[in-house]
Amino acid sequence: MSRTVVLVGTRKGTFLLESDDGRRDWELRGPFCENWPVYHAIYDGSSGTIFAAAASEWHGSTIWRSPDLGETWEQSSEGLAYEADGGKNGKKMSKVSNLAARNGRLLAGVEMPGIFESTDGGVTWSLFSTLAGEPGSTEWDDPANQPPGHLGVSAIMFDTEDDARFWAIVQGMSLFETTDDGKSWTPRNVGLRADWPRPIDEVGFCVHKVVRSPVDGNRMYQQNHVGMHRSDDCGQTWTEITEGLPTEFGFAAATHPGDKDTFYVIPLDPGHGRTMPDGQAAVWRTQDAGETWHALRTGLPQQGAFVGVLREGMAIDTYDTPGLYFGTSTGQVFASADEGESWSEIARYLPAISSVEVAIVD
Amino acid sequence: MAEIYLPSTLPPLFPGLPRRLELEAATVDDVVDQLDASWPGLRDRLVEPGPSIRPHIHFYVDRERAALDTPLEPRSRVDVIAAISGG
Repeated sequence: MSRTVVLVGTRKGTFLLESDDGRRDWELRGPFCENWPVYHAIYDGSSGTIFAAAASEWHGSTIWRSPDLGETWEQSSEGLAYEADGGKNGKKMSKVSNLAARNGRLLAGVEMPGIFESTDGGVTWSLFSTLAGEPGSTEWDDPANQPPGHLGVSAIMFDTEDDARFWAIVQGMSLFETTDDGKSWTPRNVGLRADWPRPIDEVGFCVHKVVRSPVDGNRMYQQNHVGMHRSDDCGQTWTEITEGLPTEFGFAAATHPGDKDTFYVIPLDPGHGRTMPDGQAAVWRTQDAGETWHALRTGLPQQGAFVGVLREGMAIDTYDTPGLYFGTSTGQVFASADEGESWSEIARYLPAISSVEVAIVD
Repeated sequence: MAEIYLPSTLPPLFPGLPRRLELEAATVDDVVDQLDASWPGLRDRLVEPGPSIRPHIHFYVDRERAALDTPLEPRSRVDVIAAISGG
Protein backbone atom coordinates (compact mmCIF):
# COMPACT_ATOMS: atom_id res chain seq x y z
CA MET A 1 0.00 0.00 0.00
CA SER A 2 1.33 3.44 -0.89
CA ARG A 3 2.00 6.10 1.70
CA THR A 4 0.77 9.59 0.95
CA VAL A 5 3.05 12.20 2.51
CA VAL A 6 2.13 15.88 2.58
CA LEU A 7 5.12 18.12 3.28
CA VAL A 8 4.21 21.37 5.02
CA GLY A 9 6.75 24.19 5.26
CA THR A 10 5.87 26.73 7.95
CA ARG A 11 7.16 29.80 9.71
CA LYS A 12 8.26 27.47 12.52
CA GLY A 13 9.64 24.37 10.88
CA THR A 14 8.60 21.53 8.57
CA PHE A 15 5.67 19.22 9.37
CA LEU A 16 4.68 15.97 7.70
CA LEU A 17 1.15 14.63 7.31
CA GLU A 18 0.88 10.96 6.44
CA SER A 19 -1.93 8.76 5.21
CA ASP A 20 -2.42 5.71 3.02
CA ASP A 21 -3.73 5.78 -0.54
CA GLY A 22 -7.28 6.29 0.75
CA ARG A 23 -6.26 9.68 2.17
CA ARG A 24 -8.95 9.78 4.87
CA ASP A 25 -7.01 9.56 8.15
CA TRP A 26 -3.89 11.63 8.65
CA GLU A 27 -1.06 11.52 11.16
CA LEU A 28 0.92 14.69 11.90
CA ARG A 29 4.65 14.63 12.67
CA GLY A 30 6.95 17.55 13.45
CA PRO A 31 8.03 20.23 13.83
CA PHE A 32 11.31 19.43 12.10
CA CYS A 33 14.26 21.60 11.08
CA GLU A 34 14.67 22.95 14.62
CA ASN A 35 11.67 25.21 14.04
CA TRP A 36 13.56 27.34 11.52
CA PRO A 37 11.38 29.36 9.15
CA VAL A 38 10.93 27.05 6.14
CA TYR A 39 9.95 28.54 2.80
CA HIS A 40 9.71 25.42 0.66
CA ALA A 41 9.91 21.73 1.56
CA ILE A 42 10.06 19.21 -1.28
CA TYR A 43 10.39 15.44 -1.73
CA ASP A 44 12.98 14.29 -4.25
CA GLY A 45 11.70 11.00 -5.60
CA SER A 46 15.00 10.08 -7.23
CA SER A 47 16.85 9.99 -3.90
CA GLY A 48 13.96 9.58 -1.48
CA THR A 49 15.14 12.69 0.36
CA ILE A 50 13.17 15.57 1.79
CA PHE A 51 14.81 18.96 1.28
CA ALA A 52 13.69 22.13 3.06
CA ALA A 53 14.80 25.66 2.22
CA ALA A 54 15.11 27.64 5.43
CA ALA A 55 16.27 31.06 6.54
CA SER A 56 16.82 32.07 10.16
CA GLU A 57 17.09 35.69 11.25
CA TRP A 58 19.86 34.57 13.61
CA HIS A 59 21.77 32.00 11.62
CA GLY A 60 21.18 32.79 7.93
CA SER A 61 20.01 30.55 5.09
CA THR A 62 20.48 26.81 4.86
CA ILE A 63 19.02 23.69 3.27
CA TRP A 64 17.82 20.93 5.58
CA ARG A 65 17.67 17.35 4.33
CA SER A 66 16.18 14.13 5.60
CA PRO A 67 16.91 10.82 3.82
CA ASP A 68 14.34 8.87 5.87
CA LEU A 69 11.06 10.78 5.67
CA GLY A 70 11.78 12.99 8.66
CA GLU A 71 13.38 10.52 11.07
CA THR A 72 16.76 12.25 10.90
CA TRP A 73 17.82 15.66 9.62
CA GLU A 74 21.02 17.49 8.70
CA GLN A 75 21.59 20.95 7.30
CA SER A 76 24.26 22.55 5.15
CA SER A 77 24.90 25.94 3.60
CA GLU A 78 28.43 25.23 2.39
CA GLY A 79 28.85 27.37 -0.73
CA LEU A 80 25.37 28.83 -0.40
CA ALA A 81 26.55 32.45 -0.49
CA TYR A 82 27.40 34.85 -3.29
CA GLU A 83 30.82 35.79 -1.95
CA ALA A 84 31.71 32.15 -1.36
CA ASP A 85 31.78 31.81 -5.13
CA GLY A 86 34.02 34.82 -5.60
CA GLY A 87 31.15 37.03 -6.73
CA LYS A 88 32.35 40.11 -4.89
CA ASN A 89 29.60 41.99 -6.65
CA GLY A 90 27.79 43.30 -3.62
CA LYS A 91 24.99 40.77 -3.85
CA LYS A 92 23.75 39.47 -0.55
CA MET A 93 21.57 36.49 0.15
CA SER A 94 18.63 37.27 2.40
CA LYS A 95 16.62 34.11 1.91
CA VAL A 96 16.44 30.75 0.16
CA SER A 97 13.01 30.89 -1.44
CA ASN A 98 12.43 27.61 -3.20
CA LEU A 99 13.83 24.29 -4.35
CA ALA A 100 13.59 22.03 -7.39
CA ALA A 101 15.05 18.54 -7.80
CA ARG A 102 15.59 16.31 -10.82
CA ASN A 103 17.91 13.39 -11.61
CA GLY A 104 20.23 13.90 -8.66
CA ARG A 105 20.45 17.63 -9.15
CA LEU A 106 19.10 20.21 -6.76
CA LEU A 107 18.53 23.89 -7.56
CA ALA A 108 17.71 26.62 -5.05
CA GLY A 109 16.23 30.00 -5.95
CA VAL A 110 17.32 32.79 -3.63
CA GLU A 111 16.93 36.49 -2.80
CA MET A 112 18.74 38.62 -4.12
CA PRO A 113 17.97 36.93 -7.42
CA GLY A 114 20.11 33.91 -8.14
CA ILE A 115 20.14 30.14 -8.46
CA PHE A 116 22.45 27.80 -6.54
CA GLU A 117 23.12 24.18 -7.46
CA SER A 118 23.99 21.04 -5.54
CA THR A 119 24.98 17.78 -7.22
CA ASP A 120 25.87 15.91 -4.03
CA GLY A 121 22.48 15.72 -2.39
CA GLY A 122 22.51 19.12 -0.72
CA VAL A 123 25.83 18.69 1.11
CA THR A 124 27.64 21.42 -0.85
CA TRP A 125 26.40 24.23 -3.07
CA SER A 126 27.76 26.50 -5.79
CA LEU A 127 26.43 29.53 -7.60
CA PHE A 128 24.74 28.38 -10.80
CA SER A 129 23.39 31.62 -12.29
CA THR A 130 22.39 35.15 -11.42
CA LEU A 131 20.90 35.67 -14.89
CA ALA A 132 23.39 38.52 -15.20
CA GLY A 133 23.00 40.55 -18.36
CA GLU A 134 19.41 39.49 -18.94
CA PRO A 135 16.81 42.23 -19.43
CA GLY A 136 16.02 43.74 -16.04
CA SER A 137 19.09 42.35 -14.25
CA THR A 138 20.58 45.79 -13.71
CA GLU A 139 17.37 46.79 -11.95
CA TRP A 140 16.98 43.66 -9.83
CA ASP A 141 20.65 43.73 -8.81
CA ASP A 142 20.33 47.35 -7.66
CA PRO A 143 20.49 47.35 -3.83
CA ALA A 144 17.84 50.10 -3.82
CA ASN A 145 15.39 47.59 -5.30
CA GLN A 146 15.89 45.00 -2.57
CA PRO A 147 13.65 44.31 0.42
CA PRO A 148 11.00 45.42 1.15
CA GLY A 149 10.69 44.71 -2.56
CA HIS A 150 11.89 41.15 -1.81
CA LEU A 151 13.10 40.49 -5.32
CA GLY A 152 14.39 36.99 -5.82
CA VAL A 153 14.15 33.87 -7.93
CA SER A 154 10.84 32.69 -6.57
CA ALA A 155 10.41 29.46 -8.52
CA ILE A 156 12.32 27.00 -10.69
CA MET A 157 10.58 24.42 -12.88
CA PHE A 158 12.49 21.60 -14.59
CA ASP A 159 11.52 20.19 -17.96
CA THR A 160 10.34 16.60 -17.64
CA GLU A 161 12.71 15.23 -20.27
CA ASP A 162 15.53 17.63 -21.10
CA ASP A 163 17.93 18.22 -18.20
CA ALA A 164 19.29 21.39 -19.84
CA ARG A 165 15.89 23.03 -20.07
CA PHE A 166 14.06 24.76 -17.26
CA TRP A 167 12.21 27.89 -16.28
CA ALA A 168 12.83 30.41 -13.50
CA ILE A 169 10.71 33.28 -12.20
CA VAL A 170 12.38 36.52 -11.18
CA GLN A 171 9.88 38.27 -8.95
CA GLY A 172 8.30 41.38 -10.41
CA MET A 173 10.25 40.90 -13.60
CA SER A 174 9.74 37.85 -15.75
CA LEU A 175 9.43 34.18 -16.44
CA PHE A 176 12.72 33.11 -18.04
CA GLU A 177 13.45 29.92 -19.99
CA THR A 178 16.82 28.34 -20.60
CA THR A 179 17.41 25.49 -23.04
CA ASP A 180 21.20 25.32 -22.59
CA ASP A 181 21.48 24.69 -18.88
CA GLY A 182 21.55 28.31 -17.84
CA LYS A 183 24.08 29.62 -20.33
CA SER A 184 21.41 31.84 -21.88
CA TRP A 185 17.89 32.80 -20.93
CA THR A 186 14.85 34.07 -22.80
CA PRO A 187 12.04 36.12 -21.23
CA ARG A 188 8.66 34.42 -21.74
CA ASN A 189 6.09 37.14 -21.20
CA VAL A 190 4.45 37.70 -24.58
CA GLY A 191 0.74 38.41 -24.10
CA LEU A 192 0.95 39.17 -20.37
CA ARG A 193 -0.62 42.27 -18.88
CA ALA A 194 0.94 44.80 -16.52
CA ASP A 195 -0.89 47.67 -14.82
CA TRP A 196 2.27 49.67 -14.16
CA PRO A 197 4.99 51.37 -16.24
CA ARG A 198 7.62 49.05 -17.66
CA PRO A 199 10.87 50.78 -18.68
CA ILE A 200 12.15 47.61 -20.38
CA ASP A 201 9.91 46.15 -23.02
CA GLU A 202 10.55 42.41 -22.50
CA VAL A 203 10.22 42.34 -18.71
CA GLY A 204 8.49 44.06 -15.79
CA PHE A 205 5.72 41.47 -15.34
CA CYS A 206 4.72 40.16 -11.95
CA VAL A 207 4.66 36.40 -12.43
CA HIS A 208 3.44 34.67 -9.27
CA LYS A 209 3.20 31.01 -10.25
CA VAL A 210 3.62 28.89 -13.37
CA VAL A 211 2.58 25.25 -13.67
CA ARG A 212 2.79 22.90 -16.63
CA SER A 213 0.54 20.05 -17.63
CA PRO A 214 2.21 16.66 -17.21
CA VAL A 215 0.18 15.26 -20.13
CA ASP A 216 0.89 18.08 -22.61
CA GLY A 217 4.15 19.97 -22.16
CA ASN A 218 2.93 22.82 -24.35
CA ARG A 219 0.16 23.64 -21.89
CA MET A 220 1.07 26.00 -19.08
CA TYR A 221 -0.98 28.07 -16.68
CA GLN A 222 0.15 31.21 -14.94
CA GLN A 223 -1.23 33.08 -11.94
CA ASN A 224 0.01 36.61 -12.40
CA HIS A 225 -0.33 39.61 -10.09
CA VAL A 226 -2.86 40.78 -12.67
CA GLY A 227 -4.76 37.90 -14.14
CA MET A 228 -4.83 34.21 -14.91
CA HIS A 229 -3.16 33.19 -18.13
CA ARG A 230 -2.81 30.09 -20.28
CA SER A 231 -0.14 29.13 -22.77
CA ASP A 232 -0.60 26.53 -25.51
CA ASP A 233 2.96 26.84 -26.84
CA CYS A 234 5.07 26.15 -23.79
CA GLY A 235 5.18 29.71 -22.51
CA GLN A 236 6.09 31.47 -25.74
CA THR A 237 2.76 33.32 -25.75
CA TRP A 238 0.07 33.79 -23.12
CA THR A 239 -3.70 34.30 -23.29
CA GLU A 240 -5.61 35.79 -20.37
CA ILE A 241 -8.32 33.56 -18.88
CA THR A 242 -9.33 35.60 -15.84
CA GLU A 243 -13.00 36.02 -16.81
CA GLY A 244 -15.23 34.04 -14.47
CA LEU A 245 -12.89 34.21 -11.47
CA PRO A 246 -13.78 36.42 -8.47
CA THR A 247 -10.43 38.24 -8.54
CA GLU A 248 -7.48 38.45 -10.88
CA PHE A 249 -4.99 38.00 -8.02
CA GLY A 250 -3.62 34.93 -6.26
CA PHE A 251 -0.57 32.79 -5.80
CA ALA A 252 -1.24 29.06 -5.65
CA ALA A 253 -2.02 26.92 -8.69
CA ALA A 254 -2.09 23.25 -9.67
CA THR A 255 -2.62 21.25 -12.86
CA HIS A 256 -4.54 18.01 -13.10
CA PRO A 257 -2.16 15.07 -13.64
CA GLY A 258 -4.34 13.46 -16.30
CA ASP A 259 -6.23 16.28 -18.04
CA LYS A 260 -4.50 19.25 -19.58
CA ASP A 261 -7.67 21.34 -19.55
CA THR A 262 -8.27 20.98 -15.80
CA PHE A 263 -6.53 23.44 -13.58
CA TYR A 264 -6.99 24.76 -10.03
CA VAL A 265 -6.36 28.19 -8.55
CA ILE A 266 -7.09 30.03 -5.31
CA PRO A 267 -8.11 33.64 -6.04
CA LEU A 268 -7.32 36.16 -3.30
CA ASP A 269 -8.19 39.76 -2.70
CA PRO A 270 -5.32 41.95 -3.91
CA GLY A 271 -3.77 44.78 -1.90
CA HIS A 272 -2.90 44.33 1.72
CA GLY A 273 -5.47 41.64 2.44
CA ARG A 274 -4.49 38.83 0.13
CA THR A 275 -7.12 36.62 1.69
CA MET A 276 -10.00 34.67 0.18
CA PRO A 277 -12.79 36.96 -1.05
CA ASP A 278 -15.63 37.68 1.42
CA GLY A 279 -14.08 35.35 4.00
CA GLN A 280 -15.37 32.34 2.07
CA ALA A 281 -12.79 29.69 1.30
CA ALA A 282 -12.81 28.23 -2.18
CA VAL A 283 -10.61 26.57 -4.73
CA TRP A 284 -11.62 27.42 -8.27
CA ARG A 285 -11.44 24.87 -11.07
CA THR A 286 -11.65 25.02 -14.82
CA GLN A 287 -12.18 21.86 -16.85
CA ASP A 288 -12.09 23.59 -20.21
CA ALA A 289 -8.72 25.37 -20.14
CA GLY A 290 -10.11 28.53 -18.63
CA GLU A 291 -13.29 29.05 -20.66
CA THR A 292 -15.40 28.60 -17.53
CA TRP A 293 -14.61 28.45 -13.81
CA HIS A 294 -16.39 26.80 -10.88
CA ALA A 295 -15.90 27.31 -7.15
CA LEU A 296 -15.23 24.18 -5.09
CA ARG A 297 -16.42 24.93 -1.55
CA THR A 298 -17.86 21.74 -0.04
CA GLY A 299 -16.25 21.24 3.34
CA LEU A 300 -14.39 24.54 3.30
CA PRO A 301 -15.29 27.32 5.79
CA GLN A 302 -17.78 29.75 4.28
CA GLN A 303 -17.92 32.38 7.00
CA GLY A 304 -15.14 34.48 8.49
CA ALA A 305 -12.38 32.58 6.73
CA PHE A 306 -9.99 35.39 5.95
CA VAL A 307 -7.13 33.10 5.06
CA GLY A 308 -4.38 33.39 2.50
CA VAL A 309 -2.50 30.76 0.54
CA LEU A 310 1.00 31.46 -0.76
CA ARG A 311 2.79 30.60 -4.01
CA GLU A 312 3.83 27.09 -3.04
CA GLY A 313 0.77 26.56 -0.86
CA MET A 314 -1.22 24.11 -3.01
CA ALA A 315 -0.31 20.67 -4.38
CA ILE A 316 -1.99 17.84 -6.26
CA ASP A 317 -1.14 14.15 -6.10
CA THR A 318 -1.02 11.64 -8.95
CA TYR A 319 -3.53 8.98 -7.90
CA ASP A 320 -6.14 7.92 -10.48
CA THR A 321 -8.54 10.17 -8.62
CA PRO A 322 -6.18 13.00 -7.75
CA GLY A 323 -6.15 14.59 -4.32
CA LEU A 324 -5.59 18.29 -3.68
CA TYR A 325 -4.02 19.92 -0.64
CA PHE A 326 -3.58 23.54 0.44
CA GLY A 327 -2.15 25.23 3.50
CA THR A 328 -3.17 28.60 4.89
CA SER A 329 -1.60 31.63 6.50
CA THR A 330 -3.45 30.60 9.66
CA GLY A 331 -1.95 27.14 9.88
CA GLN A 332 -4.67 24.92 8.48
CA VAL A 333 -4.22 22.21 5.88
CA PHE A 334 -7.26 21.26 3.81
CA ALA A 335 -7.34 18.14 1.66
CA SER A 336 -9.60 16.69 -0.99
CA ALA A 337 -9.40 13.05 -2.11
CA ASP A 338 -11.88 13.58 -4.95
CA GLU A 339 -10.34 16.17 -7.26
CA GLY A 340 -11.59 19.08 -5.18
CA GLU A 341 -15.27 18.11 -5.04
CA SER A 342 -15.19 17.89 -1.22
CA TRP A 343 -12.68 18.98 1.39
CA SER A 344 -11.72 18.25 4.96
CA GLU A 345 -9.36 19.92 7.40
CA ILE A 346 -6.45 17.53 8.05
CA ALA A 347 -4.38 19.85 10.28
CA ARG A 348 -5.05 22.98 12.26
CA TYR A 349 -3.15 25.28 14.62
CA LEU A 350 0.10 24.91 12.70
CA PRO A 351 2.34 27.94 12.26
CA ALA A 352 1.74 30.10 9.18
CA ILE A 353 2.20 27.87 6.14
CA SER A 354 4.63 28.72 3.37
CA SER A 355 4.48 25.61 1.24
CA VAL A 356 2.59 22.37 0.67
CA GLU A 357 3.90 19.52 -1.45
CA VAL A 358 2.70 15.93 -1.74
CA ALA A 359 4.54 12.68 -2.44
CA ILE A 360 3.39 9.11 -2.96
CA VAL A 361 5.94 6.80 -1.38
CA ASP A 362 5.85 3.05 -2.02
CA MET B 1 41.90 29.51 28.14
CA ALA B 2 38.94 31.66 27.14
CA GLU B 3 35.48 30.54 28.18
CA ILE B 4 32.97 30.43 25.32
CA TYR B 5 29.21 30.47 25.90
CA LEU B 6 27.02 29.65 22.90
CA PRO B 7 23.30 30.22 22.25
CA SER B 8 20.89 27.31 22.70
CA THR B 9 20.01 27.39 19.00
CA LEU B 10 23.42 26.06 17.93
CA PRO B 11 23.95 22.65 19.62
CA PRO B 12 20.93 21.04 17.86
CA LEU B 13 22.62 21.80 14.53
CA PHE B 14 26.01 20.29 15.38
CA PRO B 15 26.12 16.95 17.20
CA GLY B 16 28.46 17.07 20.19
CA LEU B 17 28.63 20.84 20.38
CA PRO B 18 28.31 21.97 24.04
CA ARG B 19 26.80 25.25 25.21
CA ARG B 20 30.01 26.08 27.09
CA LEU B 21 33.60 25.25 26.16
CA GLU B 22 37.17 26.53 26.63
CA LEU B 23 39.59 27.51 23.86
CA GLU B 24 43.03 29.06 23.45
CA ALA B 25 42.19 31.88 21.05
CA ALA B 26 43.66 35.28 20.20
CA THR B 27 40.56 36.97 18.80
CA VAL B 28 36.82 36.45 18.32
CA ASP B 29 37.53 35.43 14.72
CA ASP B 30 39.95 32.83 16.03
CA VAL B 31 37.22 31.43 18.25
CA VAL B 32 34.90 31.12 15.28
CA ASP B 33 37.61 29.47 13.18
CA GLN B 34 38.34 26.91 15.87
CA LEU B 35 34.69 26.12 16.36
CA ASP B 36 34.27 25.70 12.60
CA ALA B 37 37.25 23.37 12.46
CA SER B 38 35.63 21.06 15.00
CA TRP B 39 32.05 21.51 13.80
CA PRO B 40 32.17 22.28 10.05
CA GLY B 41 29.58 24.81 8.97
CA LEU B 42 29.35 26.52 12.33
CA ARG B 43 31.09 29.66 11.06
CA ASP B 44 28.32 30.20 8.52
CA ARG B 45 25.72 30.21 11.29
CA LEU B 46 27.45 33.12 13.08
CA VAL B 47 29.31 35.05 10.37
CA GLU B 48 28.16 36.12 6.93
CA PRO B 49 30.31 36.77 3.86
CA GLY B 50 32.37 39.91 4.14
CA PRO B 51 33.15 38.64 6.69
CA SER B 52 30.99 40.25 9.34
CA ILE B 53 29.05 38.98 12.32
CA ARG B 54 25.44 38.20 11.32
CA PRO B 55 23.12 41.14 12.10
CA HIS B 56 21.13 39.31 14.78
CA ILE B 57 24.13 37.64 16.42
CA HIS B 58 26.02 39.55 19.11
CA PHE B 59 29.44 38.70 20.52
CA TYR B 60 30.51 40.02 23.92
CA VAL B 61 34.06 39.76 25.29
CA ASP B 62 34.21 40.31 29.03
CA ARG B 63 30.76 41.93 28.84
CA GLU B 64 31.74 44.39 26.11
CA ARG B 65 30.19 44.20 22.62
CA ALA B 66 32.85 42.72 20.36
CA ALA B 67 33.76 42.48 16.68
CA LEU B 68 35.58 39.72 14.84
CA ASP B 69 38.94 41.40 15.43
CA THR B 70 38.40 41.99 19.15
CA PRO B 71 41.39 40.49 21.04
CA LEU B 72 40.93 38.03 23.88
CA GLU B 73 42.80 37.90 27.18
CA PRO B 74 43.94 34.47 28.42
CA ARG B 75 40.94 34.25 30.80
CA SER B 76 38.37 36.16 28.73
CA ARG B 77 34.72 35.20 28.74
CA VAL B 78 33.05 35.22 25.30
CA ASP B 79 29.25 35.26 25.15
CA VAL B 80 27.52 34.61 21.84
CA ILE B 81 23.95 35.86 21.94
CA ALA B 82 21.09 35.33 19.49
CA ALA B 83 19.59 38.81 19.68
CA ILE B 84 15.92 39.55 20.23
CA SER B 85 14.33 38.94 16.87
CA GLY B 86 11.16 37.56 15.33
CA GLY B 87 8.10 36.35 17.17
